[in-house]
Amino acid sequence: MTNLKKRKITNIFFLTISTLTAFLGLFWLVMILGDLFIQGASSINWKLFVDDFAPPGFGDGGLRPAFVGQLIIVSTAFIIGIPIGLLGGTFIAEYGRNSKTAKLISTLSDLAGSIPSIVVGTFIYAVIVRTTGHFSAFSGSLALALIMIPVMLKTTENMLNLVPWQLREAAFALGAPYYKVIFQIVYKSASVGLLTGAVLSVARIAGETAPLLFTSLNNTFFSLNITKPMASLTVTIYRYAMGPYNDWHKLAWAGSFVITVFILLATLISRFIVNRRYKN
Amino acid sequence: MNDKHILKVEHLNFYYSSKQVLFDINMNIEKNMTTALIGPSGCGKTTFLRCFNRMHDLYKNNRYEGKIIYNGENILTMRDSINLRSKIGMVFQSPTPFPMSVFDNVAYGLRLNGIKNKAELTDRVENALMKAALWDEVKDRLNTTASGLSGGQQQRLVIARALAVEPDILLFDEPTSALDPIATAKIEELMVELKKITTIIVVTHNMQQAARISDFTAFFYLGKLVEMGKTDEFFTRPKNRQTENYISGRFG
Repeated sequence: MTNLKKRKITNIFFLTISTLTAFLGLFWLVMILGDLFIQGASSINWKLFVDDFAPPGFGDGGLRPAFVGQLIIVSTAFIIGIPIGLLGGTFIAEYGRNSKTAKLISTLSDLAGSIPSIVVGTFIYAVIVRTTGHFSAFSGSLALALIMIPVMLKTTENMLNLVPWQLREAAFALGAPYYKVIFQIVYKSASVGLLTGAVLSVARIAGETAPLLFTSLNNTFFSLNITKPMASLTVTIYRYAMGPYNDWHKLAWAGSFVITVFILLATLISRFIVNRRYKN
Repeated sequence: MNDKHILKVEHLNFYYSSKQVLFDINMNIEKNMTTALIGPSGCGKTTFLRCFNRMHDLYKNNRYEGKIIYNGENILTMRDSINLRSKIGMVFQSPTPFPMSVFDNVAYGLRLNGIKNKAELTDRVENALMKAALWDEVKDRLNTTASGLSGGQQQRLVIARALAVEPDILLFDEPTSALDPIATAKIEELMVELKKITTIIVVTHNMQQAARISDFTAFFYLGKLVEMGKTDEFFTRPKNRQTENYISGRFG
């Protein structure tokens, strides 16, 4: 067999294998999403968003408390987590760049990002829930914020590092003080990346269940009080999916469908923005 | 100090941490003239240029020794580098438009100086763009983003931005090295024009460029000022052997 023939056969072999494995990965994704879409979409109706939980067997219940609770818990986490991540990343990329402190924070943040979310949940349980004596939506937000901070911090650091130094120097050369350079030039240049970071960190926490089981717990009634336990979509899905009733299963499917579509959209939109911005 | 000398460099040494990169530089810069700094890569010409607006302050462990006298004051010990930088502007290698509109780019330095009056801003922006020979090309698109301009236009925009605050001196760090020949010719033309209103110090790798646009040329080698003189004499009758070798292309 000639050398060329051998190379061609090897090529076909690896091409086949890599294509097959790619499709294998895709296959499961399609299966999961397909199942979810079929089961979920068929259970969706407008009552889902306006009705409160109904006792099992009564049917016609909705998930309004869970949707609203999820929104409150995630927004509060956003308000706490994004500024901290943003400013931390700014310190690492700007004021503290190349310093040992900044490198240490960056490394520690990477480590924090890989802590299992259930550990973060138990940590907040020990620190907040135990000391205040009760579960609360706010402690759930804190747990989620802790999970999103490393994501936002890392994205900020990376995005700010992409802004060329010469641009900062050009602003300094006009006599701008550093905080103005950061706010008016660097943030603006990196705005798309920072926005994407924020969206991705929301997508990262929106599907979390484990930390909420230890913190915001659940509430069978509609509640807006963040100092009290609050229903969330993920915990509700968990509860309903594990429950013995058919109605509950349908609602769990519907909830899963909504949250998956939400995360999918968030991820796609951020990808879309980034691609459009950095294409040229 | 002679009146026509706007800057006087005396025994300037410069260190990156413990590494000395400029050695005992002495030089006078004449007002409303263009001084070109030439030399092979790593000879310290850009480092020297960045001393004039204290750009080295941005990085740790940089150290100056000696004096650069401007308006009777030593730049290197001045407390207020912000005020200094509005008097000594800088244009960089590749264009550095800020992520904002054409207008806001030119107005940036003015706003930093506390000018808020809309009419005054409009006036001075237009004026600066005219001086930078860009007005006709951008007057209908002042509110569009500056990154949409071509490379040569962006570089003239950056020059307009620097001119808007009416600096005494403009520092150019290889201003045409990222541009095509046509854009380069426009910038060179502009620099010759700008001498009327400001003093120019330009670092360039291109000896023909130095010969075309400058009145004085200084040759740097290994962190030392080897020779400085009137540009026409410098290129036709260099006094120093190293200068002659460099400008005749025997090294560098």
